[in-house]
Amino acid sequence: MDHQPPPFFKLGPSPRTRFIFFAIISVVLMVLDARQNAMTGLRQVLAVTISPLQRLANSPAELLDQTGSFFVTQARMQGENAQLRQRQLLQAAQLQRMQAMQAENAYLRKMLDVQPPRRETVVAAEIIYAGRDPFSQKIIVDKGSIQNVKPGQPAIDDIGVIGQVTRVYPFSSEITLLTDKDQAIPIEIVRNGTRAIAFGHGQDGTLELPFMAANADVQNGDILVTSGIDGVYPAGLPVAAVSKIERNASFAKISCTPSAGVNRHKQLLILGGAGREIQALLPEPAVGADQAGVKPAGKRRRN
Amino acid sequence: MALTSARAPELLKPASFGFILLTLAGALLLNLLPWQGLVLSFRPDFVALVLLFWAIHEPRKLGIGLPWLAGLLMDIGDGAILGQHAFAYILAVYAAIVLHRRIQTFGLWQQASHVLVLLLLAQAAMLLIRLFGGAAAPGLGYFLACLTGAALWPPLSLLLLLPQRGRPDPNTVYSAGHK
Repeated sequence: MDHQPPPFFKLGPSPRTRFIFFAIISVVLMVLDARQNAMTGLRQVLAVTISPLQRLANSPAELLDQTGSFFVTQARMQGENAQLRQRQLLQAAQLQRMQAMQAENAYLRKMLDVQPPRRETVVAAEIIYAGRDPFSQKIIVDKGSIQNVKPGQPAIDDIGVIGQVTRVYPFSSEITLLTDKDQAIPIEIVRNGTRAIAFGHGQDGTLELPFMAANADVQNGDILVTSGIDGVYPAGLPVAAVSKIERNASFAKISCTPSAGVNRHKQLLILGGAGREIQALLPEPAVGADQAGVKPAGKRRRN
Repeated sequence: MALTSARAPELLKPASFGFILLTLAGALLLNLLPWQGLVLSFRPDFVALVLLFWAIHEPRKLGIGLPWLAGLLMDIGDGAILGQHAFAYILAVYAAIVLHRRIQTFGLWQQASHVLVLLLLAQAAMLLIRLFGGAAAPGLGYFLACLTGAALWPPLSLLLLLPQRGRPDPNTVYSAGHK
């Protein structure tokens, strides 16, 4: 079965040569990959190769989840049902008010001749797994470019912003959490409208607000929401709450606890709001669209 | 200890390449399980362990290319820099190939101590790569997984050696008695 030649036969390159060869390729790969998008093709191929294994690895947990939810007591179910009913009633009232407000907003915008905000498409995704790499705060979700997810899109849960899609593969994508060291998000303090940029702090799962003067008007418990000026995150989504302020140096050291989290739910929403700035650069067909009925159809298809 | 190391080297059937691939796929699957929190920091790197096992027992069949590919797949799975696991794995595998004759002479627990050093080597390589990439240094807990990995070595070895052990075949017994 096995035809191993005696050692004096030719065996190909020695392990050392092979090691040096592959080590050099690895280093080149790392350098290329450190620049975003340089190795997208190879990544896509490898991601498709590994995705069946990922699904398979996730299936026992899913099965456990499902059996767990099958054996819920009736009392708990009833309680939860009542609670949800109540919440739905509350939200229906809010929704009605919002519809009225949206109509009013559209009317006012039209009067002021302001460009309407882009309609947002939403993709519901499920977390395959979270946080394996101790260095980066990332999660992998089960929706990818097949479902029209694009890099740069924000991800939210029912409370607030979770993070941003950073890499997209055909059947999965990678979301970098707000708490990642390389992640930044433009925010606004709800209480007084101060704008700033929040940076992830890495491992302890907090955000920080650098570049704020020591006497800046920030208080413990202040709620931070997205300001929307970057064109990536829609405005007004809760981001974090200020948890600790140190005013010793000339700059204040402000730590915040993120409002949303990936530890509570498996589901999240990916908003199709990114790419607005690119759209803004294109010649706006808004005026011509009213006259020619063909153009808006084409535009809709592109979205 | 003397007992285990002085044990007569048993003749093993060569492992088929398909079996090596199968065990690697299984290890990848174990690595990709949704581990979380404290358990995650104790999770041994199954891929590294299986690679080291084959590097020590079938160095010629494993080579360097396969470990490299497995590393690339782990990079994708973890969302790491492409090449991080790949480099760490081939480093450890190369060291294991160089040392495989020496390591094979020891008993399982002494082998485990060698494996601990090799796992630490791979983990340190990954740490260095991340530090170059500008990451903050994690605590010493980062190396905990190497300890559990080394502790898993003896059972893993026994398990993976099973198919190569000759089964008590009635035919061979008969012909041996016939001689």
